[in-house]
Amino acid sequence: MPTPTKGPRLGGGPAHERLILANLATALFEHGRITTTVTKAKRLQPLAERLITFAKRGDLHARRRVLTVVRDKGVVHTLFAEIAPVMAERNGGYTRVTKVGNRKGDNAPMAVIELVTEPVSPKQAVVKEAEKAAKKAAPKKAAKVEEPKAEETAVEETVETPAAEATEVAEAPAEETKEA
Amino acid sequence: MAVPKRKMSRSNTRARRSQWKTTATALTTCPNCKGQKVSHTACPTCGTYKGRQYAEALRTEHAG
Repeated sequence: MPTPTKGPRLGGGPAHERLILANLATALFEHGRITTTVTKAKRLQPLAERLITFAKRGDLHARRRVLTVVRDKGVVHTLFAEIAPVMAERNGGYTRVTKVGNRKGDNAPMAVIELVTEPVSPKQAVVKEAEKAAKKAAPKKAAKVEEPKAEETAVEETVETPAAEATEVAEAPAEETKEA
Repeated sequence: MAVPKRKMSRSNTRARRSQWKTTATALTTCPNCKGQKVSHTACPTCGTYKGRQYAEALRTEHAG
């Protein structure tokens, strides 16, 4: 869920901001990457990612909810049919904002916001595989480990019991002394 | 409404404005082309950022 924005809206008011962000989102899904100001890119990012999450859900209800923002049916189709499958493996972080310096006319800081189309990094894949392997191995290991441990614990118990007794014995006179 | 009683002298105006100073932008060297760039921004010389290429960032003849 995007965090509510603090401070003034983009454009003239809340309605104008909604229109600006809807148009930016439409342009982003149409072209894959757009150049805009850093502020607009940062405001667009949570909205666009939310729309992609709807697209990944893929049902009619999700499509209608996206259509309330992106009014272009063609763009919504590309979002659901082409962008959503690419993002299937990715858990969030569907867009990337990169600053590209200031604009000539008004020196406004500009940024490129683009869809992250690269496959999810091999490092993450390795980590996932390792986790899976660990999960698979865990019950086996636990079973294997338990057998030798049982003996050890038995030995330990035998060792512990005299120690425990000793402590009890040690405590007992202490209590007695206290009572006295 | 409160208004200034006296005209501010040229000297005082200029003395105040002499404190308006600017600072140089902190720059880093691009790991790709060794050119100077603002940090957390694509390089204006070679257009790369974290191994990706951004043609929009390239320095144009009239920009800046």
